[in-house]
Amino acid sequence: MAVLAPFALAVLVPFLYPALGRRIGWLVALLPFSLFVKYLSLIPPIMQGEPIFINQAWIPSMGINLTIYLDGLSLLFSLLITGIGTIITVYSISYLGAEEALGNFYVYILLFMGAMLGTVQSSNLVTLYVFWELTSISSFLLIGFWFHREESKYGALKSMLITVFGGLAMIAGFLFLYLITGTFEIREIVAQAGKVPGSIYYLPALVLILLGAFTKSAQFPFHIWLPNAMEAPTPISAYLHSATMVKAGIYLMARMTPVLGGTLEWFYILSFVGMITLVYGSFMAIRQSDLKAMLAFSTISQLGLITFLLGINTKLAVAAAVFHILNHATFKGSMFLVVGIVDHETGTRQVDRLGGLARLFPITALVMMLASAASAGLPPFNAFISKEMFFEATLHAGGAPFTAWLFPAAAVVGSIFTFVYSAVMALKVFFGPLQAGEGHGHGSHHTHDVSPTYAVTHGHDAPERAHGHRGHDTHGSDHGSGHHDHEAGHGHGGGHHGDPWGMVLPALALASLTLIIGLFPGLVEYSLVLPAASGAWGSAVKIPHLALWHGFNPPLFMSAVVVLLGLLGYRYFYRLRDVVESVQNARFNLNVLYDRGVDGLVKGARWLTDIQMTGYLRDYLVFISLFFIAAVGYTVWAKNGLKFTGMDLAPVSVYEYVLAGVMVVATLAVLWMPNRLAAILSLGVVGMGVTLMFILFRAPDLALTQLIVEAVSLAMFLLVFAHLPELKKEIVSRSEKAINAVVAVASGTLITMLLISGNATRLFDPISRYYVENSYKLGGGDNIVNVILVDFRGYDTMGEITVVAVAAFSVYALVKLRPGKGGKQR
Amino acid sequence: MELLMSLVIGIMFAVSIYLMLARSMLRVVLGTVLISHAANLMLINAGLLKRGAPPFVTGDKNLAVVDPIPQALILTAIVIAFGVTAFLLVMAYRGYQELGSDDLSELRGVEDEH
Repeated sequence: MAVLAPFALAVLVPFLYPALGRRIGWLVALLPFSLFVKYLSLIPPIMQGEPIFINQAWIPSMGINLTIYLDGLSLLFSLLITGIGTIITVYSISYLGAEEALGNFYVYILLFMGAMLGTVQSSNLVTLYVFWELTSISSFLLIGFWFHREESKYGALKSMLITVFGGLAMIAGFLFLYLITGTFEIREIVAQAGKVPGSIYYLPALVLILLGAFTKSAQFPFHIWLPNAMEAPTPISAYLHSATMVKAGIYLMARMTPVLGGTLEWFYILSFVGMITLVYGSFMAIRQSDLKAMLAFSTISQLGLITFLLGINTKLAVAAAVFHILNHATFKGSMFLVVGIVDHETGTRQVDRLGGLARLFPITALVMMLASAASAGLPPFNAFISKEMFFEATLHAGGAPFTAWLFPAAAVVGSIFTFVYSAVMALKVFFGPLQAGEGHGHGSHHTHDVSPTYAVTHGHDAPERAHGHRGHDTHGSDHGSGHHDHEAGHGHGGGHHGDPWGMVLPALALASLTLIIGLFPGLVEYSLVLPAASGAWGSAVKIPHLALWHGFNPPLFMSAVVVLLGLLGYRYFYRLRDVVESVQNARFNLNVLYDRGVDGLVKGARWLTDIQMTGYLRDYLVFISLFFIAAVGYTVWAKNGLKFTGMDLAPVSVYEYVLAGVMVVATLAVLWMPNRLAAILSLGVVGMGVTLMFILFRAPDLALTQLIVEAVSLAMFLLVFAHLPELKKEIVSRSEKAINAVVAVASGTLITMLLISGNATRLFDPISRYYVENSYKLGGGDNIVNVILVDFRGYDTMGEITVVAVAAFSVYALVKLRPGKGGKQR
Repeated sequence: MELLMSLVIGIMFAVSIYLMLARSMLRVVLGTVLISHAANLMLINAGLLKRGAPPFVTGDKNLAVVDPIPQALILTAIVIAFGVTAFLLVMAYRGYQELGSDDLSELRGVEDEH
């Protein structure tokens, strides 16, 4: 039950924070670290194919259980969550100043950690969904951590709306899976995987579940929330929005591969969405001037790459996918941490304001060199191996003939762009002439020696980052000029700092993994990659050894093309950026679509509310009556419920006809009487008619009560109406009157029909026999009605008395108590 | 008898709903009183009419009595309807005193809440 540990600690943090202050970070870091060690110790049994399984019943009657299932795939993710979680927590201690709301921060991050562990370890789809949404909520809280900034709020809401929309689609997909297999347990679904693709529910299940995965993993066109999520503190972006949470969608797809995979639909949807996301993301990354935005798009593209691999769905592709999940977490996590350091120390993240930082922060530069070399796919780093595997997989993807050239070509193009931005992040920022974000007042747009078009477009940067039209200035000059007030106190000129060790060491630890795994892939091959791939594939996976060198083969040639063209692209970076800029069609913009959608949703909801909530009692009654007529009428009609035959009728005597006639006349008279006294008296006649009816129907108690109530009511009416104005002719439009009449007559007719068909349809014996037999035995009374009221249903009667008492007090209060006891009115 | 009552009850419902849709507070109160009469009759009608003696326990085991449950329900309903009527009446009275109108279309709540 290690999953619950973060939640437990999250509950304690608010109590410990006042005592520990900033040091609480160390305590919090201890938890993911110890979990990390624990999960490391689980590697050997899981390597041998002995998954861990714990079952805790939750709602067993509905097949919903808190089931923990830890196989290779879950273990890989658990190690990432806890391992990177440790590094992030340690890093945050230096990154966030003591003046921040650290208590909140650590609660949120623990909440996320627990939710994410729960997501990857749940073996029950419903629990998985619950944890999944919990990660969305904690992500919302963390993106909005600096909640006084408009951009943070906007980004938090956007990520929440998009991922929760996907989550809802996903649970619908799970329900379809349930319809097919009759269980929510993933292992049982996998056991019946053969039934799934042939089912008529297969396609809806697939599409809905993929919607969940794509929104969470920022696949095109749902990627738009991720760049805005960069408003979170940088360690959070590194953790949630690069290394772990966005991979929940990837996890789900990998987990569902044995169930939903292997079909043409799976192949084409995943590989095309992944391919488009890969190319589009890397392409867009180039034109970002903010380093974090660049990383956001690069994350999008890398997630696309992994989706692409899962879509290709060969053993090699799945192994490459899980290996790349690990590699991406190491290099992209480090890159984020370095950008965090740069931002923290210089006060800006603008590519064009930074340069030559290696002189000030040599170790930070080293970290960035390691990480971006891995990102670019250079040997001897880990991502080189997974990228070669990726190339190999695209070459043998299968499918239609055109995929044989399209997939490898897309892979190469995406990798070239990836190479370019990786080079920019490492070389432009850390080498060349020293620029540490100096001179960043509003409007002092940095000019440089490249094309003038760029300088122009630069001014109204990034419709893709969405705030432009909302009146926010996303331009970098905001950063540092009081906007990032969380950094108040840090020198923005840089220059005399040196590497901030508290942040550099965690980043270095993460980045060194890129080299270690690259040089010794055997370390992770049998312990993590193959067990994880087997978990995703559904059976044991064997692939050629992970190694840097596979001889002269097509993937190596592809890598060479990537490096050559990538170097060329870096050489002409600004020109390339202009091209990208001009290709970007500002009119077609998904963010505008999103904003309009949200706007429209709010306006639509308001409009819908306004037409119902008019403030007029009459309108509400019309709505209620119409709904009643439509719902009940439709049901009666659809179920063929209207029956007139076989009615069980008592005989009618002449005076009963007369009484009924009198009541009808009196009732109509209430409606038509021109003055109030006559109307009240007519109502009294109806009341007395009802009393007589009760006598006829053998209900002496009712008749007595009704008689008394009627007398008192009549007196009360006359008393009050003496103070009310005379009945006026209703001044309402003809159409309103007509509607009222139609609604009233339709309701009355429906009631009559219901009563008739209710009388004709007797489905079971009356339940009153019990009361008749036991009234004396159990209640000790002859009068059955009274025994029911005061004994069998005594509490109901108490409720009734309470209502009357409340009414009495209210009447008293209304009559006696006046506002402003000055006595103006009395 | 049940058929006849069904018709009467339907007419009472129609009239009471029409009254409640009116703008005058007075008519609305009249409508609520009438609709509770109609509902009570509907309950007793549903339990079938005149099928035995009043619901008292007698020595005679074979003597049929009418269904006591609708009667118990109605007894409760009558009292509650009385409470509600009293409250509505006083509210109409006080509302007219304070606001000078009993026209519901003029007594619309807060003009615009958003």
